[in-house]
Amino acid sequence: MRALAILILALVAVAALHLLVPLDSFLGLQRRDPALARLLLSELRLPRTLLAAGYGAVLGITGAALQATFANPLASPDITGSSSGAALGAVLGGYWFGVTSPLALAGFGAAGAALTLLLLLLLAGRRADAATLLLAGLAIALAAGAGTSLLLALAPSPFAFYDAFDWLMGSFTDRSLPQAAAALIPATIACVLLARRSVPLDMLSLGEDIAASAGVRPRRLSVEVVAFSAIALGACVSVCGAIGFIGLIAPFVARRLSAGHPGRALMPAAAIGAILLLAADLLVRMAPAGRTIPVGVVTTALGTPLFIWIVMTMRRTAMS
Amino acid sequence: MTSLLITDGVQIEGRLKPTDLRCKEGELIAVIGPNGSGKTSLLRALAGIELDRGLVLVDGEDIAQAPSPRRMKLLSYLPATRSLVWPISSHDVIALGLPSPDDRRIDDLIQLLELERIATRPVNSLSTGERTRVLIARSLAAQPKVLLLDEPLANLDPYWVLRTLELMREAAKAGSAVIASLHDLSQLTSFDRVILVDDGRIAADGTAGQLLQSDKLAAAFRVERHNERWRISLPADPLSSR
Repeated sequence: MRALAILILALVAVAALHLLVPLDSFLGLQRRDPALARLLLSELRLPRTLLAAGYGAVLGITGAALQATFANPLASPDITGSSSGAALGAVLGGYWFGVTSPLALAGFGAAGAALTLLLLLLLAGRRADAATLLLAGLAIALAAGAGTSLLLALAPSPFAFYDAFDWLMGSFTDRSLPQAAAALIPATIACVLLARRSVPLDMLSLGEDIAASAGVRPRRLSVEVVAFSAIALGACVSVCGAIGFIGLIAPFVARRLSAGHPGRALMPAAAIGAILLLAADLLVRMAPAGRTIPVGVVTTALGTPLFIWIVMTMRRTAMS
Repeated sequence: MTSLLITDGVQIEGRLKPTDLRCKEGELIAVIGPNGSGKTSLLRALAGIELDRGLVLVDGEDIAQAPSPRRMKLLSYLPATRSLVWPISSHDVIALGLPSPDDRRIDDLIQLLELERIATRPVNSLSTGERTRVLIARSLAAQPKVLLLDEPLANLDPYWVLRTLELMREAAKAGSAVIASLHDLSQLTSFDRVILVDDGRIAADGTAGQLLQSDKLAAAFRVERHNERWRISLPADPLSSR
């Protein structure tokens, strides 16, 4: 409980920092034209802060829930291929069906994520060993990536590739408040529903048979987790693109705070995910370069070493 | 005396034929049968884990309708596989067997199964025998009316085999029905009643003495009693491949 309180305080602090930095330009504007300064906050900076915090929380909680469901500490949104699936769905909706409403795009993204997760359940099964899950996830992610490229290459619009690069590389630049709402309203509902599954997910940590004997329905629970995760991820990916590794790191850290319980780690994972993504985006914004770096690049750069470390420790425990 | 556990036509497609069973409170029951005969399927059906058709009533309550916390008071199940993936402490695994938090009960169980030294260690770092004891403690935690234990004596050293038999007897004395599958026929005499499962159905049901004498046991296991010891039955046809 104390850990969660500290996390929430840290989250508020990072969010405030994210909203106000760079401070000098904001304060300068505040002196010259307070109305414009408020507009800058609400129209430009607020959607970005909300999206970074919300998407980070989605990655953390869906990562934790998927890991609990697949009984595997590597089953994160990116590694299961669901982020790639969501991107494929959004591209299909945006460039082939001419969908422009953010909410409808979010629906396409959710459908794409749901399809990839169901395909993973079909290919690897619910309790697959780490290697099977990784390989099946990799295959799905590659196929979804190739599908996305193909759809973009053949898209009616000749600018699709250029356009989508900005859209899907994982970035929060120039997103509007309605776009943020389209991503975050369905995502919040799905995340609340996920968080309510934390007790049965902890029971599932003892294995499907013990959980089922205690009244949990493992098959229904995994379908629910997959559906809610797909909705939350699909909505966020359709607005900001795929962002890697937060969904792996946040649950990993959260389980240190939940004494190893995968279900109890859901809420801490959401808070940690939000803090991490806000901090990564803050880093991007403070970078001196004239051109903006997509935030997905930063999270991947920071996440890869941790991923390798987890795989190494898993290999060691498997061998002992 | 009324039956604590009643099943009506429980069935798992391809593995367990429609089975009716009645168990009284205080009964300590062994389930035996050759590999793949359906012992685990029977226990899983009784625990409501897998049930294609039929009804399981514990103390008059349909377990399929019982919500999760209630169900933990009705029955508990110890699976034959003791693998645990997550680094949860032994203490917390026992806590997950309780419908509501109760630290005193957990401490009692830790003492009962002598888990003091491993109580705070993550279960995925324990030996199989230690994990078995932790999971036995978890199944006892809620003092359920029916205890379903799949191979509770496997992976245990001689002390813990005897101690587990004692704990099962104590649970039965306290009013539970205890049903455990076994491989070691030498432990049968510790049980009040023995159920022989063969080919997905109950082939015989009686006391250990009755079962040990019966042809059905010999036929199912392809072994026979000879000079107070077990030996492999000789095939009826001397020209068969054996």
